Amino acid sequence: MTSTVAVDALERAWLTDLEDESIHIIREVFGQFERPVLLFSGGKDSIVMMHLAMKAFWPSRLPFPLMHVDTGHNFPEVIAFRDRKVAETGAQLIVASVQDAIDSGRVSEIPGGIRNPLQTVPLLDGITGNRFDAVLGGARRDEEKARAKERVFSVRDDFGQWDPRNQRPELWDLYNGRHRPGEHVRVFPLSNWTELDIWAYIEREGIEVPSIYFAHQRPVVSRDGMLLAVTEFTPPREGETVRIESVRYRTVGDATCTGAIASQAHDVAAVLAETAASTISERGATRADDRTSEAAMEDRKRQGYF
Amino acid sequence: MPGELLRVVTAGSVDDGKSTLVGRLLHDAKAVLADQLSAVEDASRRRGYEGADLALLVDGLRAEREQGITIDVAYRYFATARRTFILADTPGHVQYTRNTVTGASTADVAVILVDARSGVVEQTKRHLAVTSLLRVSETVLAVNKMDLVGFSEAIFDAIVADFAAAAAKLGVAHFTPIPVAALAGDNVVDSSPNMPWFGGSPLLGFLEQVEPAADVEMPARLPVQVVLRPRTRQHPDYRGYAGRVEAGVLRRGDKVRVLPSGRLTSVEGIDTADGELDCAPAGRSVTVRLADEVDVSRGDLIVVDGDPQPVTTQELSATLCWLTDTPLRAGDRYQLRHTTRDIRAVVDEVRSKLDIATVLDLPATELGLNDIGSVRIRLAEPVIVDPYTVNRSTGAFLLVDQVSGATVAAGMVR
Repeated sequence: MTSTVAVDALERAWLTDLEDESIHIIREVFGQFERPVLLFSGGKDSIVMMHLAMKAFWPSRLPFPLMHVDTGHNFPEVIAFRDRKVAETGAQLIVASVQDAIDSGRVSEIPGGIRNPLQTVPLLDGITGNRFDAVLGGARRDEEKARAKERVFSVRDDFGQWDPRNQRPELWDLYNGRHRPGEHVRVFPLSNWTELDIWAYIEREGIEVPSIYFAHQRPVVSRDGMLLAVTEFTPPREGETVRIESVRYRTVGDATCTGAIASQAHDVAAVLAETAASTISERGATRADDRTSEAAMEDRKRQGYF
Repeated sequence: MPGELLRVVTAGSVDDGKSTLVGRLLHDAKAVLADQLSAVEDASRRRGYEGADLALLVDGLRAEREQGITIDVAYRYFATARRTFILADTPGHVQYTRNTVTGASTADVAVILVDARSGVVEQTKRHLAVTSLLRVSETVLAVNKMDLVGFSEAIFDAIVADFAAAAAKLGVAHFTPIPVAALAGDNVVDSSPNMPWFGGSPLLGFLEQVEPAADVEMPARLPVQVVLRPRTRQHPDYRGYAGRVEAGVLRRGDKVRVLPSGRLTSVEGIDTADGELDCAPAGRSVTVRLADEVDVSRGDLIVVDGDPQPVTTQELSATLCWLTDTPLRAGDRYQLRHTTRDIRAVVDEVRSKLDIATVLDLPATELGLNDIGSVRIRLAEPVIVDPYTVNRSTGAFLLVDQVSGATVAAGMVR
């Protein structure tokens, strides 16, 4: 048995490399900025990012507040998890609400009811209103091909826009956080992690994640080639048959555009095995918002999206 | 060692088929998933291409797909049973050479592509100059499109000889040539039946096996990023210095100097959130407790006492890669970012620049976009440096525009 453990530890050396790099990045944020904030949705990537941030400053407490851009179309398990984590760590949580932005007329609903693209305005309002100069996000370069071009420290102009043609070269592990007044910097400490790395790390560290990441029975309909949960925001449409299936989620976003996958994986080890064997990418499988066009993510990012 | 990260940078001229090679590598290493492949097939069909254009896998920006070229560095991730890879795919166009510099700065292996029909061109030398200057320890020469020259061994040998001549001038001690045909996959993952004369490993096999040269052995260096003082009930008097070990191995009990003050003390403990460590090799992010109460803040360097010692100086002789349109001239002022320090700097003198065609240093008075040159820099405060040839972290710096904040140069201490 002992030898198995030793081999395992060796085989996972890359996780320690990734952890060391992320902690270095997070500490640079604290060293270079006045008012950083960490985006926390209760999804697995933001949970791992928060875990890394806590480790980076141990035994001090997390020196950043958290911000959640809340579409209002949430999975209740995720919101409950978010609130419990915040209470446990004593962190400050700021909620930037899409519903509030709709109610005040800052944004309007789009046909189909998908709210993910609507997050940009409350996100930017939250950043400006709190005068945040660094915004830590859990995006990974392996998620999507526009994200593969993103820097670890990525400057956003006065309007929160990303200019992919004019990015700063990022050399060695020297991160340049210098920016003009009104600009802010998005920081992505998980840039070099893959979906598989995230799950392997969740397993290694014994990190808790919301229950919807594991197989559970749920009423679903098939829509646009995805399994969509039947909720108050997503009632079945005419002609759709509601079935009860064993499903889990690979990503957690707005309930109206996040699909589930059929799964029997009830624990982290089983999820890890399924992820390693999967032939479909994380966002391709389950995110309707990325299927709009070849450049859907690039266009949203240019406007200030995560 | 299985499971460790290997960082690879690819560089090639326009139309060398680099994105196709990377797409092929990812595809044949099973790192491309079914939905990504079907999206590429759809996109290829819309463009009227024959078969799937694997370059569309990596060209992520709208402008890149429209122009059919790679503009920006793209990072790709894949793993085999032997290793986990981070691949920085950098553009070929001369105007985007700064992205090759970016990709090379963290790479262990450089894969430089040439088109078998055109052989070694000026861009090839530029890429080789950049990767050798940035001390990428292993170089692969991938001669692509071998199918278009009839898989000719003689043509391959002639290109290897040209490349070897340029490598010798740049002081590159060794490189590994591999003939490939990325479009069909010859010698990318599997050995090519079309080139039985080639006895070496295919590209992926080489990347799985190569052991990049270890860093020069030297006493540990730890630039302080953050001072941790929790002042909590459990840790009322804790004072730790958080940072990443950037050279050597730091051990508990080591005699260390805090620079620039020069105070001597020793390492009382090396902490992580998972517990104390006896030692921490380069790359580890740790928190150090010191035996004596000394004044330490962000920007200071904790150095294990021993040789070679770093140099504390307000004047640097350095090589710069100039990364912006506005040329550099003597007298220009910038912020210099080195480890965790940020210092005002003035470039006192531009001495020379590298002529890519002849691979010679020529006298110069200014550096333009993509130029590589030698300069003398004066600083408002001291920095603590090692030569870049000795350490890639304490020997590297950036020059930053004071107004826009843009990174204008990559610098290497001579």
